[in-house]
Amino acid sequence: MSAPGSTIVSLRDVGKTFDSGTVALGGLTFDVRAGEFVSLLGPSGCGKSTALRIIAGLSAPSAGRVDWPGGAGQIGFVFQEPTLMPWADVAANVRLPLKLAQAADPRSRAAALHALAHVGLADAARAYPRELSGGMKMRASIARALVTDPHLLLMDEPFAALDEITRFKLNNDLLTLWQAAQRTVIFVTHSVFESVYLSQRIVVMTPRPGRVFADIAIPAPYPRDERFRTSADYAGYCRTVSEALARAMGGAP
Amino acid sequence: MNGRGWRIALPVLVLALILLAWEGTVRALGIPPYILPGPGLILSTLIADSGLLWHSLLVTLGTTFEGFVLAAVGGIALAVMFNLSRLVEYSLYPYAVILQVTPVVAIAPLLLIYLPQHLAVLTCAWIVAFFPVLANTMLGLSSVDHNLIALFELYKASRWQVLWNLKLPSALPQILAGLRIAGGLSLIGAVVAEIAAGSAGAGSGLAYRIAESGYRLNIPRMFAALLVLSLAGVVIFFALSAISYLILHRWHESAVKREV
Repeated sequence: MSAPGSTIVSLRDVGKTFDSGTVALGGLTFDVRAGEFVSLLGPSGCGKSTALRIIAGLSAPSAGRVDWPGGAGQIGFVFQEPTLMPWADVAANVRLPLKLAQAADPRSRAAALHALAHVGLADAARAYPRELSGGMKMRASIARALVTDPHLLLMDEPFAALDEITRFKLNNDLLTLWQAAQRTVIFVTHSVFESVYLSQRIVVMTPRPGRVFADIAIPAPYPRDERFRTSADYAGYCRTVSEALARAMGGAP
Repeated sequence: MNGRGWRIALPVLVLALILLAWEGTVRALGIPPYILPGPGLILSTLIADSGLLWHSLLVTLGTTFEGFVLAAVGGIALAVMFNLSRLVEYSLYPYAVILQVTPVVAIAPLLLIYLPQHLAVLTCAWIVAFFPVLANTMLGLSSVDHNLIALFELYKASRWQVLWNLKLPSALPQILAGLRIAGGLSLIGAVVAEIAAGSAGAGSGLAYRIAESGYRLNIPRMFAALLVLSLAGVVIFFALSAISYLILHRWHESAVKREV
């Protein structure tokens, strides 16, 4: 585990050109420090998901470098869809990463139940994914990402498909999880409001090919709650970030 | 009556009408049984010959079952090999298609020349039945959720783990659909081969019984054997559907009852 504040991962001029010729990323450069909550914000198709997949090692950059000063270590990944195995119950889904690492059964079972309790799903361990609501599926997916106790959690628009009430609830729970373990989170979203509510830092990206347009700090203190969501500070940050995003898109603010 | 009731009552009614008309025609025109027996006579033949037909049924079902198991194992194994290696797929798949599109009726006489009779019959059942298992399993193995594949990659799963923990369970609905088709087809394959072997003589399955009864102008027994054969096919289909439901009903959409 890296010391708080030290760089966990640094991207240097990372470019990605797909076989089809599409240039998704055109020289992306930013650092993420241990314990940070960073959002990648940008319009659909700006390459933010591609950047996340490159950080996860699921896709190789066509140019540039991804460095891990303290070693890559274990990474957790939460997809936009819950991505659960429909044939397995929730406990088995959450246990999967440990099973693939050939962890002993009793230990992985206990870890899965622990992770489920963390996301408030202890009672749903024996349920099948189709028996869960969208929000509960996403909680199960987050529990699976946490079960290996990763030092870095990558989230790819995880709440985009949820209704607002569920999304707000999950936003709060995510912040609680993040603060409790001082994990590092890189959160991809296209919502200005969500990114401001959650993040310490927002990396605003340009349309394809994606680059860093602005790197905006949100210095509001944690814990953040519903009062923050309705505060003047929050509205001010949202305006700043919205304007940056509009400029990144090449239009007038 | 509700929809379910009609779905049972209507076909039963149609059957009753046809049987009545059939029996009536045979009696009114005095058609001799060696040209067309009435349903009544077929039923009494079925009862009188039940020992013989039962024995034949067991022989045919035995062949069908063996052919089905070979088709299931062969089809799934081949699909897994194709999925693991493009080279194997490119090399062999065209021949699987050729085997499938060549009518088995035309292959059976040749097989009977080169193989012992039982093996030839079994090979026919296999040739007809393995392709739907192969094609469905291939489809299932290649339509795995891409994000789940990425997840397994993230946790550095081995090829074997991906196959066993992801691809095979994910393909299970398609595999079961293939098996359901293969069940009926292996019966057809067994029957075709028995008929082809019929003139060669040594068999004792239901289809052989039909061919033999034909030579002897025992038309009622032909019908009785045909009836047993259809019933066997229906039972096979429902048995495989039930197995498929039992395996899938907890998680797969196709087997989940919707609340309306």
